[in-house]
Amino acid sequence: MTSLHWVTQVLEVLAALVAAPLFVGWINQCRAWLQNKSAPPLLQPYRGIRKLFHKDAVLATHASPLFRIAPYVVFGAMVCAAAVIPSLGTRLPFSDAADAIALVGLFATARVFMALAAMDVGTAFGSLGARREMLVGFLAEPALLMVIFLASLIAASTSLPAISEGLATRTLALYPSLAFTGAAFLLVLLAENARIPVDNPATHLELTMIHEAMLLEYSARHLALMEWAAALKLFNYACIGFALFLPWGSATGDSPSPVTLLASIPILGLKLLAAGAVLALIETVSAKLRIFRAPEFLATAFLFAVLGLLVHLLLGS
Amino acid sequence: MSNLSLDLQLLNTFAALLLLSSFAMLSQRRVVTMVNLLAWQGVLLGLATLLLAWRTGNSHLYVSAAMTFGLKALFLPWLLHRLIRRLGVYWDSEPLLNIAATMLVGLLIVIFAFGLAQPIAALATTSTRSSIGIAVAVVLLAFLTMITRRKAMSQVVGFLSMENGLFFGAMSATYGMPMIIELGVALDVLVAMLVLGVFFFQIREQFDSLDLHHLESLKEEK
Repeated sequence: MTSLHWVTQVLEVLAALVAAPLFVGWINQCRAWLQNKSAPPLLQPYRGIRKLFHKDAVLATHASPLFRIAPYVVFGAMVCAAAVIPSLGTRLPFSDAADAIALVGLFATARVFMALAAMDVGTAFGSLGARREMLVGFLAEPALLMVIFLASLIAASTSLPAISEGLATRTLALYPSLAFTGAAFLLVLLAENARIPVDNPATHLELTMIHEAMLLEYSARHLALMEWAAALKLFNYACIGFALFLPWGSATGDSPSPVTLLASIPILGLKLLAAGAVLALIETVSAKLRIFRAPEFLATAFLFAVLGLLVHLLLGS
Repeated sequence: MSNLSLDLQLLNTFAALLLLSSFAMLSQRRVVTMVNLLAWQGVLLGLATLLLAWRTGNSHLYVSAAMTFGLKALFLPWLLHRLIRRLGVYWDSEPLLNIAATMLVGLLIVIFAFGLAQPIAALATTSTRSSIGIAVAVVLLAFLTMITRRKAMSQVVGFLSMENGLFFGAMSATYGMPMIIELGVALDVLVAMLVLGVFFFQIREQFDSLDLHHLESLKEEK
């Protein structure tokens, strides 16, 4: 039943492309509600992207080709990642291309290109943002890898769809180790996607920005692609989280019926709604950390992940 | 893996949470939060004891569970909070090592403790033997907490957390010590706490602070 697998694959990438800006819009809306502000419309990120695509791009005088290529590379990496992550079904023809560890590498590629592009023009803010991004990235990556190692230890595979399927079909039991790594993953997600304790996505304040500082020199279609890629990254991380910690509801098995595939779409939507509300809540109740406290924040994530791994090895649960 | 019965799964979860509370204590800068964490550790320990008592039907474990709740979860934290209020020491100075480094050292200690407990666990016959490693880790982490702090208050919290670890170790290795020893240890801890409370006031009177490096020099001059 390979045709259905291909349908799943195409549907999944399309869902990622369409739902990523919506997810960001939903988080912004929830956050505005929680802060007693009037919320922007749900489709606001789409409008922003459309507006940017209609504008003419302006390039800095000293921009090298790397600066122009970077948005396409970053966007491409995120679409590839979306194709590998099992968000709707676990039988993906494309998933053999990259296992979970290569997926982390894919994210790293996007990060390196973004940082290089930010340094390329030679403005102070660009290189400041790039350095900070690399600091956060190099601390977040080991924690993310540890999370993935634990999941692959439990499921005996490093392929993300296989892990997700293994976790979805096991008998229900208390896994303290998974709870620890779940906490670690949440911290990594917040740090990697420039959410509030580490970076504030809604501000352009010079002293605190990380992600926005790297995008300052971009305009028009390049900026649109970068913002879409950032939304896709958040969506991808959320889907990795679902695959590892809430794997139920996606179409599993060798020959899933089309009905389960169709049913998995609203289930994914519900999960995203809940995740967005939780993220907005976290961002509302926590204050932004000083940049020098970020290593501590990520050390905690690493600690949680390693503790999960150790507890799993010792207690077997 | 998942063929453990539900109560064993719960016990394992409590053990894991105990380890987590030790790490939380290790990373805290505020003494008040450390005391609250100690109280939570007492609650977790009490719950684990209660569950084990129910599982094994050992009646003396019920007594020690009640003692754990009363003494470690309620009375000692209350006493410490009172001391903190009266001494006005809400903050510890920055720990000797920075927090991230302390955490990494803590992780190494946990690995060491798990390795150390392996032969003991292999000899033990209890069904909770796998959590002996966690008990050893809690003891060693409490040591680390004491080593990295300067103020007397946080060192006492570390000391009490160490006692929690020892208690948990005895519980998972042999389903608890004999009643008489448990009573003795509880009484010792209680008396030690009261004496230390008096000590705090004396130390502060002499040196105007609870910083213990004042005690390192034996002579008056310097």
